[in-house]
Amino acid sequence: MKKIINNPDNVVEEMLNGMVASHPEYLERLEGFDVVTRKNKKSDKVTLVSGGGSGHEPAHGGFVGKGMLDAAVAGAVFTSPTPDQVYEAIKAVDNGKGVLLVIKNYSGDVMNFDMAAEMAEADGIKVEKVVTNDDVAVENSTWTIGRRGIAGTILVHKIAGAKAEAGASLEDVKAVAEKVIANSRSMGMALSPCTVPAAGKPSFTLADDEMEIGMGIHGEPGTHRESITTADEITQQLLDKIFAEDIYHSGDEVAVLINGLGATPLMELYVVSGKVQTVLQEKGIKIAKTYVGNYMTSLEMAGCSISLLKLDAELKELLAAPADTPALVQF
Amino acid sequence: MTAIEAIKLAGQAIIEEKDFLTDLDQAIGDGDHGINMARGFSSVFTKIDALKDDADISMVLKTVGMGLISSVGGASGPLYGTAFLRASAACKDKNAIDAVTAKEMLDAAIKGIQDRGKAVKGEKTMLDALIPASEAIGTGIDAGKNVVECLKDAVEAAQTGVEYTKTIIATKGRASYLAERSIGHQDPGATSSTTMLKALYEYVK
Repeated sequence: MKKIINNPDNVVEEMLNGMVASHPEYLERLEGFDVVTRKNKKSDKVTLVSGGGSGHEPAHGGFVGKGMLDAAVAGAVFTSPTPDQVYEAIKAVDNGKGVLLVIKNYSGDVMNFDMAAEMAEADGIKVEKVVTNDDVAVENSTWTIGRRGIAGTILVHKIAGAKAEAGASLEDVKAVAEKVIANSRSMGMALSPCTVPAAGKPSFTLADDEMEIGMGIHGEPGTHRESITTADEITQQLLDKIFAEDIYHSGDEVAVLINGLGATPLMELYVVSGKVQTVLQEKGIKIAKTYVGNYMTSLEMAGCSISLLKLDAELKELLAAPADTPALVQF
Repeated sequence: MTAIEAIKLAGQAIIEEKDFLTDLDQAIGDGDHGINMARGFSSVFTKIDALKDDADISMVLKTVGMGLISSVGGASGPLYGTAFLRASAACKDKNAIDAVTAKEMLDAAIKGIQDRGKAVKGEKTMLDALIPASEAIGTGIDAGKNVVECLKDAVEAAQTGVEYTKTIIATKGRASYLAERSIGHQDPGATSSTTMLKALYEYVK
């Protein structure tokens, strides 16, 4: 294992400290907890809390700020945070308007966030939950029942965050988050594995000429392995799986998110994005906005995912709304 | 005999089986069950040591539940944590546990696991050990057995349940990904549940 770390046991703590120290204009650390909260909290809006295992940076702490999240809870690497941590995050950001929890669909995450919601509700805090499940690769996985939540989650943060920032009620913020979930799908692939610092060795191996289609963001298995091919063919294969969902049709307008898993250069992501633009154009699908970059990574895994979100007027307007966070700035 | 001593024995048994539980989980899950549970009970020991001497059984179990929830993580933390919290609620204000109360506590724990994990019997989970254990206590009560005899039957039923998990396909939890390939492996959660029941019986017998 070759990593720029001090001690595998302190990685999350040191990362959070570094994140808050680097972005003091955006972030504050909730004292004693693995939680970062938004600086300059707005007191008259619904608040959004997300989080999950660490190792997916900038998700989720990088999306804390104006127009997106109010708090992010960081678990151990690839392990859901515990309910008490999530509960403290909820208490820290609630201002009486209610809190929306954005949870990626993994059994551990769902259970731990559920318990935190119950603890907060017992205190009289209004809490609602949405569970993202954009990954079309596998129906059930090593870590989930149902589809997994991956990079499409960022679009939920963006749009539900904008809705909350505009002063909408908890019910309306939840409804728009669910609309994003219903209309977003993702599909990914990996070229090389990643190593959880505490484990010290890669969780799987891929031969030099091999790629895994549908690989999860924790290295959990996808649909199959095959020999690596061209960017165009890989992109086409990922898009075909997304189109099989029968959501995106000629005449539709979409947002596109090309997400790097950590070790893939932007150069390659732009090659993929170029092909996505061409394929969608040929299908008569209009692209309103494209994001390209590392949004939901998997430590040093090489690979990418493609996410599509079908837009209506409301989603389009909220997607275009300003956001000011460490990892996503939009005016 | 105190609740704190009983919990310590149960936790110690889990810590001793850490590697075995992790090996079982490596075969069909993500290989951290023993590590997570051992970390959880180490944390629980610190918390129950801090309890006042007059803490009743319910208070001890509540402390165990909260301790596991805040230290285990993953799916085992909420599941076992909920189980202990519900068992705690089922023995509120009781200073001694008879067979009927023991069954009520176990049933409350089972209900908690089902509510949280949305699983039923036969899906290769800890329920495949705990539900037969509860049924065995019920049969024992009907036959006029005392709590120790009932617990003995419960341990045997749970052990049979663990063997049964080798014969079935996982449909819940991470093991479900393996589907047919999960046959032949015993469930780590059913195993750790049985380990705790057995430690409890060894303590009271």
